[in-house]
Amino acid sequence: MQAPIQAPAASVPAPSGAPVVALRGVTKRFPGVTASDNVTVEIRSGEVHVLLGENGAGKSTLVAMLAGLQQPDEGHIEIDGAPVAVTSPKQALAMGIGTVFQHSMLVPSLTVVDNFALGGVWWKRPDRAGIAGRIEETAKRLGLRVDPYALVSGLALGERQQVEILRALMRGSRCLILDEATAMLTPHEAVGLGELMRRLVAQGIAVIFITHKLNEAIAYGDRISVLRLGRNVGEIGPETLRSATDAENTERIIALMFGTSRAGEGSRGEHRTRVVGDSVLQVENLCSEAGRVPVRDVTFSVRSGEIFGIAGIDGNGQKELAEVLAGQAQSSAGSIRLMGREIGGTSVGDRRKSGLRYVTDDRLGEGTVGIFAVATNFLLKDIGAAPYWQRGIEHPEEIRRQADRHVQDFDIRTPGIQTPVGKLSGGNIQKVLLARELTGAAQAVIFAKPTYGLDVNNIRATRKRIGGAADAGKAVVLISTDLDELLELADRIAVIDRGSIRGIVENGEGARDAIGRLMSAGDDR
Amino acid sequence: MTDEQAIAQPAQQSHGRATRDSSANASLRVLAVSIGPLIAALVVGAILLLAMGFNPVSYYSYVVQRAIFSPSGLEATLTRMGPLLLIAASLIVAFRAGIWNLGGDGQYLLAAVFVAATVPLTMNVLPVWANLLLGLLIGAVVGAIWGILPAILKAWQGINEIITTLMMSFLGVSLANVLVKLAFLDPATTTPQTRTLPVEARLPRLFDTATSSGLLIGLFAVIAVHLIMTRTSFGMRLRLVGANPRAAVHAGLSVPTLTVAVFAISAALAGLSGAVDILGTHGNVRADWNPAYTLTVVPLVFLARLNGFGSIAYVFLFSALTIGGESAARRIGVPSFFSLVIVAILLITLGLAEYLDKRHQERVRR
Amino acid sequence: MALFTQSFVITLFLGAIAAGIPLLLAGLGEQLSEKAGVMNIGLEGMMLFGAYTGFLAAWASGSPSLGFIAGAGGGVVVASLMALLCVRLGLNQIVTGIALTLAAEGLTALLHFVQFSRTYPRLDGVAPLPIWPLSEIPFVGPVLFNNNAVFYLAIVLVVVFSWIYRQTHLGAALLAAGDKPAALDAAGVDVMRTRAMAVLITGALAGLGGAYMSIAVAGVFVPFMSHGNGFIAIVLAMLARGRPLWVLGGALLFGGSLSLTTALQVAGIDVPTDVIQMLPFAMVMVVLLVAGRKAALPQALGESFVRGAR
Repeated sequence: MQAPIQAPAASVPAPSGAPVVALRGVTKRFPGVTASDNVTVEIRSGEVHVLLGENGAGKSTLVAMLAGLQQPDEGHIEIDGAPVAVTSPKQALAMGIGTVFQHSMLVPSLTVVDNFALGGVWWKRPDRAGIAGRIEETAKRLGLRVDPYALVSGLALGERQQVEILRALMRGSRCLILDEATAMLTPHEAVGLGELMRRLVAQGIAVIFITHKLNEAIAYGDRISVLRLGRNVGEIGPETLRSATDAENTERIIALMFGTSRAGEGSRGEHRTRVVGDSVLQVENLCSEAGRVPVRDVTFSVRSGEIFGIAGIDGNGQKELAEVLAGQAQSSAGSIRLMGREIGGTSVGDRRKSGLRYVTDDRLGEGTVGIFAVATNFLLKDIGAAPYWQRGIEHPEEIRRQADRHVQDFDIRTPGIQTPVGKLSGGNIQKVLLARELTGAAQAVIFAKPTYGLDVNNIRATRKRIGGAADAGKAVVLISTDLDELLELADRIAVIDRGSIRGIVENGEGARDAIGRLMSAGDDR
Repeated sequence: MTDEQAIAQPAQQSHGRATRDSSANASLRVLAVSIGPLIAALVVGAILLLAMGFNPVSYYSYVVQRAIFSPSGLEATLTRMGPLLLIAASLIVAFRAGIWNLGGDGQYLLAAVFVAATVPLTMNVLPVWANLLLGLLIGAVVGAIWGILPAILKAWQGINEIITTLMMSFLGVSLANVLVKLAFLDPATTTPQTRTLPVEARLPRLFDTATSSGLLIGLFAVIAVHLIMTRTSFGMRLRLVGANPRAAVHAGLSVPTLTVAVFAISAALAGLSGAVDILGTHGNVRADWNPAYTLTVVPLVFLARLNGFGSIAYVFLFSALTIGGESAARRIGVPSFFSLVIVAILLITLGLAEYLDKRHQERVRR
Repeated sequence: MALFTQSFVITLFLGAIAAGIPLLLAGLGEQLSEKAGVMNIGLEGMMLFGAYTGFLAAWASGSPSLGFIAGAGGGVVVASLMALLCVRLGLNQIVTGIALTLAAEGLTALLHFVQFSRTYPRLDGVAPLPIWPLSEIPFVGPVLFNNNAVFYLAIVLVVVFSWIYRQTHLGAALLAAGDKPAALDAAGVDVMRTRAMAVLITGALAGLGGAYMSIAVAGVFVPFMSHGNGFIAIVLAMLARGRPLWVLGGALLFGGSLSLTTALQVAGIDVPTDVIQMLPFAMVMVVLLVAGRKAALPQALGESFVRGAR
């Protein structure tokens, strides 16, 4: 077994233009789909190479092949111009390819040092002091602060990611893959990661940055390869990227991603034509100690046809507030009234019956049951309800009819209504949730990060649904960490910080600045 | 739905009505996957018998002859099925709801002891049918009570039920022995055992045979459990809790309440099994008696993929193996433990077959 | 008090050790498996098979040491099946464990019937290895320092395992295999091999524990003689929350209550065995009920690992 920690690769900046790693005509097939179709990509040292594409475009498959988790069916991987077979993660590491996955690959119950030491000669003692020294040294070189003896379970997601980048570098990675690295980060942390990527390439590392977010691709990338349906449909080199304006680059990328130019389709301002009616949902002095972040003294009201946005950095009590409103968590004080009726003490089921809906952001964890059929997932919140069940006995005909209707109305791409929902793509799973929550006698709908993790097409479709719900006279609470989304959709926007509402801003001229001020005013940490 | 499909259908994963394989090729494959392992297990068993110096052909034919083709053997096989089917029903409810109730032995034995202690005393006061009903009720209630503690600990403290049910099982078996030896002793005998329920006061026999009507209770329970789990809203709630407890909370279900309900039903069915065994077959409980059905039925219900109809088939097979095996022990000299070995080998060959089938399918799709 | 005579106390402690050592060995093994993410319900079968193979070897060779080695080997045989089916093929760990226990029960009973049902051979027991001069200390000496080699090995293993878990790469790797197998895989360590190795060591320890029962304690092999000890060891391992020392304490507690009956009989008091046997279980249930703490088990316990699966 090789020693787990090697000295960092000599940071001789290789001349830009010599590919460190290359995929040549790589094809990978899975049952029913060709995930990668004859893809050729060259990764050069000293460059941030963005692999951009929608969900299902084949980004993850490329990562998996580079990281040694999967092998290509056709084509090959080259390192320094020589064809190689990467058959295991261990081998990928040995060849200098380090991967930081979207979901943390650190063991939460171990310290940072012990995580770095994983894989050492089994009977030996990990050289904890030595590794800690090197961690601090490398961290300093990159301008990071890391406590080597901290337990990983106690670190924030952004910190864990930094630790993983450090680990990849200390193992001698010359090529660093960051898979959907910003998906789990706060906007602030994402900016920090962007800066870190610049420092990495300045030291001669080749960075592969996987994302589906256009603005990040343009902001951090030196070179952008656009993937679509498993194929590499085009590449934009550093010269073009630098010489053109962001708007032009966006235009060009969108053209590659969709085959046509779809920029400028934003629906900003359209919602103002809506008629806002009576107050539907009133929340007064709501408090809760049930979750990780206590909800403190939250007061707001939402009228029919109105979209009430809640902005804030992730993890500031948004999830907790949504769960208290939906009835999944206990409130300790305050009142929630729906159509004038107090619902604060009622169960999840009663609130749903009286017209309150909750579209969760944890689509696979709690929103659906992956092994259950699509048709069944439509009914998870209505088990026992007529006409799908009569006196407790299920009526398959009715269940099927409803499922067929939902699949058609919400444009859900599924092989069949009996397909396990876990086999669908993220966007289609979100459509299943939307179909379940937006139909029937909905009065007020809470959306928690509704476009999180979706691709451009599905983001568009979901936003349309949210606007549509308000157009239909429902009161909408839209919780989002994406300020642009809120500015596009919401009528009023509240800022939440550590479980409290800092203030509420009318959407319109100057709203962005006002929200920014509220967010930073609360930031006295 | 025929038994054959039922056995082949992976009930735990597929949901609602599974899509049916229509092509002849697919049904052939299903047949190979469900029958192949059985043949393989019998062959491995035959090799074991050969290695120990017995003639496997004469052993197997004797077992089949005694357990299925002789009237008294078949009656014994069917009678044995009653309590086993109730245990199977108990396990299916729990496993489908994602709860590992491995404490069936304690629930069964305590119920049996309480039933055996009560019914011989009440038989003089109550008519036979009422006395039997009382016995069944006592069995179910005692079983359910013995399941309460693990249920509460699981529902509100999140304590792993595998530990607690196993511990309650050991505790229950010991307590049952203490009760037989100290509290419920039959004063008329010298061996430590409970009073005996006379044959005429036991569960009626079916038609003119020696088969106990406990078989009907068992069949009814398994089929009812199967239909409840697959066709009703209650069963759907239980399956939801079993598949994803967080989704159940999100959907507004009270997971603790459902957990307790599952434990109550599962443990009551195990207790009912004890009652049926006493009321139908044994009539009393002797000290240190423990048939330990639960752990042998666990593999059977898994072989049937938690499908009720499949479980009936496997319980029949196992019942015949043990009854035939007990006769063979007396005649040929092969101990009856051999049936345990066959079940274990069957489970292993079936697991291997499933694995090979999955790999084969993946390769075909490519 | 007349009850606490020297002979009573020594009988009690020796009994606790005799009953506790198999629990300790199997419990340490189970703890190792669980750390690595494998719920080893087949422990009972491994003990029983070890008891049989150990007895057979000791009887055939006349050497208890060979018997102990064969017992560990027997446990490994069952464990290798467990490793193949659960770790390699990813079958359900609980069901496979139960099947292997049934198989071991049936098979050893059959083999015992074929080989020994007419002769019922007995072994002479195992000569103690007194550690002089410690063995001369009153009370403590006869109890702790006048035992057979397996006893000393078991105690040493408690220390060794504590050290491995805290101070070696292996300890971290085991924890990772149970807590976040994908992280271990990404670090270039073979998860399957780590888990399989943990299961095999578990088999060796459980088999040794079983052999201790048949060779050192009983002197005979009786069908079903492990008598639920494997399941008790599983409970011990789960309650010990990853600490070897707690397994030792639990094993002595359970062993002590099992031996209490014998000790009381020596003292002339007749208490039914069943009452005493209930004590430790009742005690644990009460503790769980009152303390109500969540049993901290590894995240990926009971789940098979498939590389690259979501």
